[in-house]
Parts: sequence; C-alpha cells; structure tokens
Amino acid sequence: MTSLTELGLAEARDGLLAKKFSARELADAHIKAVEASRPLNAYLVETPDKARAAAAESDARIARGAARPLEGLPIAIKDLFCTDGVETTAGSKILKGFKPPYESTVTAHLWRDGAVMLGKVNMDEFAMGSANATSAFGPVENPWRRRGDNRPLVPGGSSGGSAAAVAARAALAATGTDTGGSIRQPASFCGIVGLKPTYGRCSRWGIVAFASSLDQAGPMTRSVKDAALMLKSMAGHDPKDSTSADMPVPDFEKALTGDIRGLKIGIPREYRLDGMPAEIETLWQRGIDWIKAAGAEPVEVSLKLTKYALPVYYIIAPAEASSNLARYDGVRFGLRVNKGETLDDMYEATRAEGFGAEVRRRILIGTYVLSAGYYDAYYLKAQKVRALIAKDFDDAFRRCDALLTPTAPSAAFAIGEKSDDPIAMYLNDVFTVTVNLAGLPGLSVPAGLSSDGLPLGLQVVGRAFDEETVLRIGGVIERAAQFTAKPQFIAGAS
Amino acid sequence: MALDKATVARIAALARIKVTEEEQTRLAGELSQILEWIEQLDEVDTAGVEPMTSVAHQKLPMREDKVTDGGIRDKLLANTPSDNLTATARGFFAVPKVVE
Repeated sequence: MTSLTELGLAEARDGLLAKKFSARELADAHIKAVEASRPLNAYLVETPDKARAAAAESDARIARGAARPLEGLPIAIKDLFCTDGVETTAGSKILKGFKPPYESTVTAHLWRDGAVMLGKVNMDEFAMGSANATSAFGPVENPWRRRGDNRPLVPGGSSGGSAAAVAARAALAATGTDTGGSIRQPASFCGIVGLKPTYGRCSRWGIVAFASSLDQAGPMTRSVKDAALMLKSMAGHDPKDSTSADMPVPDFEKALTGDIRGLKIGIPREYRLDGMPAEIETLWQRGIDWIKAAGAEPVEVSLKLTKYALPVYYIIAPAEASSNLARYDGVRFGLRVNKGETLDDMYEATRAEGFGAEVRRRILIGTYVLSAGYYDAYYLKAQKVRALIAKDFDDAFRRCDALLTPTAPSAAFAIGEKSDDPIAMYLNDVFTVTVNLAGLPGLSVPAGLSSDGLPLGLQVVGRAFDEETVLRIGGVIERAAQFTAKPQFIAGAS
Repeated sequence: MALDKATVARIAALARIKVTEEEQTRLAGELSQILEWIEQLDEVDTAGVEPMTSVAHQKLPMREDKVTDGGIRDKLLANTPSDNLTATARGFFAVPKVVE
C-alpha cells in the first residue's frame, strides 16, 4: 500500500470509505509527518490531540455510514485563519499568544465537513511577503533543493508554510490566502496546486485582514481534483462577510471532465516580459501546445496595463492594510509594550516592537497615500487604474473563455536572496497580482521543472465565479504535464 | 516624490509607530524608492475613469437592525494584555491614564 501521507484528499476519502485504513491511522501517519517536518519550520502550532479526537469522531461516523465530504482528512491551516482556542498569530509578534474566541467561517466549514486539523502553518507576517521571509517566527524552508546545490530555498509566500507542508507530505492539503499571489506563487515554487477563488467565493470572516478588497482564501493541494473538492467545502455565502457572494456553490469536482474542446484560451501578450528566463517562456509554450492538443484554441489577447498592476497594488494594499492593522494597539489583545507615560506612548511602542520591518514599511506607505494632500494623487489614481485593469480583463474575456500564463517569473530562490530590495521582491507577483485587482479566479498547476530541477507552475485565469472552467483547464494541463517529481525532503522518509 | 525625514516622522506619528531618528533616515530612502516606482502610474491616462472601490458586483446587503450577538464579555477579555488584572477581573480593558 502507498504510504498514507502520499495520498490525495480524494484518494484518502475513498480509502477511508472503503475501510482500507482508519481515520485514526491516517491521522497518526500525518501527526508523525508533521513532527518529521520540523526542520522546514512550516508548522507554528501542532495540534495532535485535536487531530486524534477529530479522527475518532470520523471513524465513528464512517462506521455508522454518516461520513461527511472531507471526513477524516488531515489538513494544515494557514496561521491567518482564526481558530477557536488555538493560537493564531498571522506570523506576527504582535499577536503572539492570541487565542481567538471564535472560528473563521472557512475553517468552520472545513470542520463541519469532517476535515481534521493538524496544526497552524507559518506565513509572511500579516501575509505581506513573497518568500515567507517576513514571519516573526523564522523563515520556512522549501522542501525542494536545486540539483547539485544544497542551499535552502524559499517556499514562496505568503502561504509558504502551507505550500511547504503540502509538498513535503506533512498534510494532505492546506488552506491559503491570496492578496496578490500568496496562494499561487508558493504553489508554483513548491510544485503543488493552488487556487485563488473569485473574490467573494469564500467568506473572509475570521481571517486576519490584510487588504480587504483583495484578500481571498483558497485551497492548496497536490492535485486539481483535490482543489475542487476542498473549495466546495470552503466556499459559500456568509452573512457575516458583506462581500461574500450569495450564490450557489457548484460541485467543482464534476467540472473536471477533461473536455476543453472548443474553448478559447487567451494568451496575454504583455506577459512576455523582458528578461524573463527562457525556461519560463518554454514552459508557457508547452502549456499552449497542450491545450491545443486537447482541442482548445489559443488566442492572443492584450492586457495592456499589466505593468501598472504592481504599482497599483502597492498603493491599494498598503492603504487598506494601514487601516486594518490599526486595531493592533495593545489594548484588547496581543502584545502590549508600556514605555513612556501616555496612551499614545503605549500605542507607538507596542506597534514599533510588535510589527516587523516589512509590515511597518507598508503601514507607513499606506498612511502616506491616504493622508491629506496625497489621497488624490496616489490612492484615487490607483483606484482609477485598477478600474482600467479590470476593464482590460472584461475586454479579453469577450474574446476568450480563460487565460493561460506562467504563475511566477522564476523558480524558487535561495533564502536571503532579494531580501534587501523590496521592489525586486514585489516583482514575484507580476503575473498573479492583476487577478486580485480584478477579483478573478486563478489556479496554479505544477507544469514542469527548471533546468536546475525546481518546480514551475502555469496559471489559468477565468471569469468571475467561473472556477469550473478554470479547474477543467487546469485538469487538462495537469494530465498533460504528468508532474510526478517529488521534493528532496519528504516528511518522515529516511 | 522623495520623502524627507520630517515627513517620515509625521506619517509615523499618524500611524502610531515609534520610529527612531536613525530609522527615519533609512525609511526616507526606502519609502522614496517605492514611491518613485509607484509614480509610473502618472503615465496612465485616467481622465473620466470612475475609481474602483470593490470588485464585488453586488449591493451591500441590508439586515434588520437588531442584536444578533453578545453576552460574551469574558471571552472578549480573555486575550487582554492588561497589566492591570483587577480591571480585567471587573470587566474592563485597562489602559494608561488618559484624563488628568
């Protein structure tokens, strides 16, 4: 029998229902793998007792024929999701020790459907970063290494712990969140599948807020089918999030027909960047050939404002963050630093000590672009260009059903690289951030290896609330790519 | 636009983040670099464009104005970083004195 940690969500579900193994055995195998994954620093909190208790309930339900959709499936939760009574830090010192008295809607949906929590996984502080390097609790290591080079690599970010845990077989799947690429870029760097759903598909309630008009939760898995299965549970209307869409949740798994004949797939010409590595270009062309072979028709489209998407993002996201992060003031929860005498002294000392350098930088940028005299020149301007970027997508989707692009402009890089130049780091999200600004669904599928043996992803982007087409195309790419390579580090393998 | 130290100090005060003199100099450089990069947006003609505030193509939902939650004082106080435990025990958040 294949090792239990090698299974996909769907396979593990089928195995449990066929009573090939018990939920307890599946949980125990994963609890061991979580322990074995400690060198990666992916898990911030391990919850083996919760996992065993949930698994016991799952076994009882399976025995009486009352299994739920994700019954007994062990998963990891990004530390941005509030989990009732379990420490939730968002990767920040300012929330060290914070135990939410409530559960986020998305995780509540997962537990309602029988999933088993293994623990909380590491991330860039407040989801601000592309390398999992800004976490107050240390960087996460990518389980992959370059061929012939033993330097540790970044897993991408901000959902770096999620991606590393799933790739290293220390969870069957994980939740992520994506504000500018934080699900898709780490998925690409770690050779797994990552889906950012349409804005509004999943409730944001109980997810520590970064940029509220961009944030969206999604699944990170080892197959497209698993992403479909997990999204079905995560999604759904929630009256507690006024931007959550009140519409039915499709059975995404059923969308994976493998049939994309007749679909028009847009290839945005502005995504051919100067200086992009040739192997990214080659991978993209291979993807185009695959969808052509499957009977879809590639059409060239133009997203002419692509180069302005990152500057727009670096106004809007920090602006929203500066407002959202105002709540960390040392009064009601989290860190408090008493220096000086006044309430303001306490606020200022708490926030100076509690926030890391990147978070402070973004709060300051956000405060500046919203401040009197600069609001029109920066924030309003960015909102207008954002409208034009969204219109670019509307125009493109008049000519095609989905888009195919690379996920990231490079493979994983070494820990410490790019860390002294914020803008070089921001450019990681050049292909993903447009999708957040327009609120669309985007899926990263592992599609090949770089010349030095690192995974590379392709991204499929769809119309709003058309995850089904995105998943269907992703499934075809997955089958054509036959991505079977595994990272050098597999949790628990000796 | 290049930010000077005084502007950094002003926005840090607005954001309630203590920034030392030394950090002001470093941040002025870093933030100026980011703003300069952001300012390429000036190349885009946005005359007559409506600013986009949300991608959610729906009206904000309305609900009846009634209490749907509450009665969880102790839960809310459970994470208080208070150094004044008496106040917390009495059901308050304690902060440094704000009124003379």
